[in-house]
Amino acid sequence: MEAPRSASRFLPRKAFDTLLSALRDGGYDCAAPVVRDGAVVYTRLQAHDLLPSGISIQQAPGHYRVEFTDSPRNFSWANGPQALKPFVFTASEPLWSVRRDPDGELRFTEADTSQDPVAIIGVRSCDLAALALQDRHFLGGDCVDPHYQARRASLFLVAVNCSHPSDTCFCVSTGDGPTASDGYDLLLDELDDGFVIQAGSSAGQNLLERLPLASPTGKQLQDITRQNLHAAECQARRLPPGNLEPALFANLDHPHWQTVAERCLSCGNCTSVCPTCFCYRELDRGSLDPDRSEHVREWDSCFTQGHSYIHGVTIRAGTDLRYRQWLTHKLGSWHSQYGRSGCVGCGRCISWCPVGIDLTEEVAMIVGGAS
Amino acid sequence: MAGAKTRVAVHKFSSCDGCQLAFLNMGEALLTLFEQVELVHFAEAGPLNPGTVVDISFVEGSLSTAADLQRIRAIRANSDFLVTLGACATAGGLQALRNIADKGDWVASVYATPETISLLENVTPISAQVKVDLEIHGCPVNSRQVTATLRSLLAGITPLDERDKLCLECKRRQHVCVMVTQGMPCMGPVTRTGCGALCPGIGRDCYACYGAAENINMSSLGRHFSTLQLNPAQISHRFVSFNSADPAFTPEPAADTARDD
Ligand code: SF4
Ligand code: SF4
Repeated sequence: MEAPRSASRFLPRKAFDTLLSALRDGGYDCAAPVVRDGAVVYTRLQAHDLLPSGISIQQAPGHYRVEFTDSPRNFSWANGPQALKPFVFTASEPLWSVRRDPDGELRFTEADTSQDPVAIIGVRSCDLAALALQDRHFLGGDCVDPHYQARRASLFLVAVNCSHPSDTCFCVSTGDGPTASDGYDLLLDELDDGFVIQAGSSAGQNLLERLPLASPTGKQLQDITRQNLHAAECQARRLPPGNLEPALFANLDHPHWQTVAERCLSCGNCTSVCPTCFCYRELDRGSLDPDRSEHVREWDSCFTQGHSYIHGVTIRAGTDLRYRQWLTHKLGSWHSQYGRSGCVGCGRCISWCPVGIDLTEEVAMIVGGAS
Repeated sequence: MAGAKTRVAVHKFSSCDGCQLAFLNMGEALLTLFEQVELVHFAEAGPLNPGTVVDISFVEGSLSTAADLQRIRAIRANSDFLVTLGACATAGGLQALRNIADKGDWVASVYATPETISLLENVTPISAQVKVDLEIHGCPVNSRQVTATLRSLLAGITPLDERDKLCLECKRRQHVCVMVTQGMPCMGPVTRTGCGALCPGIGRDCYACYGAAENINMSSLGRHFSTLQLNPAQISHRFVSFNSADPAFTPEPAADTARDD
């Protein structure tokens, strides 16, 4: 679907608050990136809260450090451990509860799926690409997930083109960044003195029209073109090109799976931070009251034993098989399942892997093309 | 069990009594519990009836003396289902540290009349001596774990064995990884979940009080700790504390010292 495009406007930095106010007037709560416990994470802004400025992030395999500079910019960093996933596919949520009436009848109640609208500020192009993939999984086909659907419908997305990719980013090689092409309501390009802003949806267009903003100058437009080009050129990591499904499945017995397993902790940090991973498990949370129970789902991972436990047998007992499952699905069988790879090049699984396992290196060892 | 209440006993061996608090801390839920169970023995809470036959026994603490051995065998014989509760019972607890120390020195430095103390050669988890039907891990265990176990047992369901790595729970709670952002030697990647990721939630590293998770990779985490400037002794201390008698935390023999039998 071609996103409706608008003429761009210039939002001076001093006037950024007017955007937040317009969103609030439109009924949205605003969630924005702030630094907490040494990482950039989303938090709900209170009225008059300012966006933090001067954040700089160093990322490397197994390594993430935040520093502060005196830059006036709010978005001169790449990403934190969360993408949009926690907003739409919640880490843990009740699905239904049941109680036994005095007459012995069981009464089931679906969990409330109603959601207050929320505007998320600072969404990256890789996050949008990942959201489109999760949409395909949770909303595509006949079985629509009502919990995901309600949260998804409550979002207003204010994206920002990435000006400072991290060393772990490789969205250029997956075709998912660093500039956003669609899937947003508003899109920002950040300059020192403000933002070039454009709409990508009618909701975004309506909001933009309420802001009294001038057009950007030719110089400002040139500056953002140069900035976007630089953000793409500075990425050193890449995935081998093309559909890796045949090559991965031709190498199921490659000795390198065992080599990775000697380092891999089977901890599931990679799948937890991956914005496209969608596996969950369901369980019942009973109280001591024998007449009540709650059924919940929570994020699971192909690195747990339970993930491959079927009828008394654990199919993937060892880490070699679990890592192989993650990589062959993410980069291989997603193609058959969803028409593209499951990786959007955000680099999170590299930074947040405690032992710094880098999927771009591992896949190159297995299918060839290691640099 | 229909009609009659389920008979439950809570026993203790060498331990700090902290795990038994998981029952007492249930508060109001205890009233709901007592509608379904009869607590026939629980010294910390009142009822004394150590030798009676029960449906479920919860056992806290590790085995340190010959008398302990006799007592646990009697408890086993009297119990339909035996649940061990906490790191001492499941993995020796702090007491088991004496297994790797000079016992004579320790006894002499702690007791005024060491000659009156009679100890087993090694402190052992309960499962080393009698059949255990279920282990609840943690130091201490919490009410949520005990509640979930009781709920399942009272309903005739096999209780869930929570043995995933703590990292999963940490990420579900959106805690920021203290190892990746601060270089802390966090034990989360080898530790079983169940505590609710308490320590990383307040910005400190997990110290493995819940014991070993399934399918752990100690060597890789140990190698990683050495890149965080921990020396070999510090690394082994990370693994040998509350759960020192857990075989999963016993290092594999190095290749050159491996037994060939
Ligand atoms: S596989 Fe890694 S780099 Fe790719 S989308 Fe997932 S977390 Fe990002
Ligand atoms: S690749 Fe890294 S983050 Fe993923 S399970 Fe292995 S050690 Fe954990």
